[in-house]
Amino acid sequence: MNFWKRLIRIDRRWIFLLVWIAVTIPLLKPIGLPVNVTPPAKNLYNFVDKQKPADKAVLLIFDFDPSTMPELLPMGVAIMRHCFAKKIPIILYGGLYAPGAGMVEMALREVKSDFPDIKYGRDYVFLGYVPGISLVILSIGESIKGTFRNDYYGNSLDTLPLISKVDNYDGIGVAIDLSGSSLPQLWASYAYQRYGCRIGVGTTAVSAAQYYPWLQTGQFVGMLGGLKGAAEYEKLINMNKIPTGRMAATIGMDAQSIVHLLIVVFIILGNIGYFVIRKAERKG
Amino acid sequence: MHISTNPWVWIAAFLTLAIYSFLYKDNPFYKFAEHLFMGLAIGYGAVILWYTSIIPRLWDPLAHGTSPMRFFLFIPIFIGLLTLGIFSKKFTWVIKYPLAIYIGASAGLSVPVTLEAYIFKQVEGTILTRAMVNNWFLGISNAIMFVGVLTTLVYFFFSKEHEGFLGKSARIGIIFIMVAFGASFGYTVMARISLLIGRMQFLLHDWLGIIK
Repeated sequence: MNFWKRLIRIDRRWIFLLVWIAVTIPLLKPIGLPVNVTPPAKNLYNFVDKQKPADKAVLLIFDFDPSTMPELLPMGVAIMRHCFAKKIPIILYGGLYAPGAGMVEMALREVKSDFPDIKYGRDYVFLGYVPGISLVILSIGESIKGTFRNDYYGNSLDTLPLISKVDNYDGIGVAIDLSGSSLPQLWASYAYQRYGCRIGVGTTAVSAAQYYPWLQTGQFVGMLGGLKGAAEYEKLINMNKIPTGRMAATIGMDAQSIVHLLIVVFIILGNIGYFVIRKAERKG
Repeated sequence: MHISTNPWVWIAAFLTLAIYSFLYKDNPFYKFAEHLFMGLAIGYGAVILWYTSIIPRLWDPLAHGTSPMRFFLFIPIFIGLLTLGIFSKKFTWVIKYPLAIYIGASAGLSVPVTLEAYIFKQVEGTILTRAMVNNWFLGISNAIMFVGVLTTLVYFFFSKEHEGFLGKSARIGIIFIMVAFGASFGYTVMARISLLIGRMQFLLHDWLGIIK
């Protein structure tokens, strides 16, 4: 009884320490637990893959900042690798909020050296921030040139061959929004409902549960949910012999699984403690 | 072990540890990192807005443009400046005009697409899915979802006492709501741990070079 009472009132810093240990040990000594690819991730991969024969571009939107970077940046990196390897034209967009452009730069730094034949302006373009949020989504439907005028580096969009081919959603096969907020719903509402542009989503695990109805209704073509989703995409590109670089999400999945087990143990112990103490108190 | 020689990596590592030190208890290192983050985030946002919005879309056309259309820019400038009326007791009322324009335009833009995406498509997905008849597993899943949607809606129907059939339906609705909360909680745990994993990877890989 005293054991359970002490356990229920344990200083939370011991819990933090155990979680920290459960994260650190698998990172130092990887176990290599398997990562299963789920249908939403596979669907997204396939949808990106079929843009090459369709001669359409992928619009990859970095709608996130450093606070959700561990989950979303590996997704961006993996999708960029997929497009670069398959020579699928890709428009990188720094997103509807300002910090996203920095995330694109980080992803590019990680990926570009593995694909020396990829040429800026022909194979990919980097669009920076313009204010307006939903108005920007609508404006892209009319004209990318009219919306942005210049790319992130200050070049006029008239000088970039990819943009002369792709100036609105007609030339975009799929727009993939990487975001930990509700912005993917905005893309589905405006770009898909209004212009018919298909939407894919890469989201944080917190937001993933709310997007399943959108998947089920076909408003999203596929979804990557949290670190697991990023690891799934890394696995898919690896299976297709695309250079993966450092697979940050896959490396993190061992730690993720171990901590989940630990938390399951915490929940079970907490519930047992609760019922034991309640029973003892009822007895008097 | 390849410890980073990049000073920025060291600064980032120090700030990461300073933020995590709060888990032990509040301390000056945490406070410093928190205030630094706030200041940087606001400053970064302001600079980005200045160089990607004010300069190229307002200043450049007005100062260096030749098109007579550029003078129309004074209309949004004037409407935008009205929002500053909030700083004056005498002119607070003028803020109503930019707000009215903003709310009116936003509502006009969002109502049709929101109805389509949030209501019509979701209702369509609840009732008529081809999978319902094509595949028995998805058929059962869809039947459960159908019951879940109806009973959850019943739970939020407050115009009649939850008794009898209505009460039982609402009880089933609560079970579905609890399952949804459970799924959200599980995903939330996953997300928070992912953030810790990301930072630990940074410390062990980028900073200390202990792991590949």
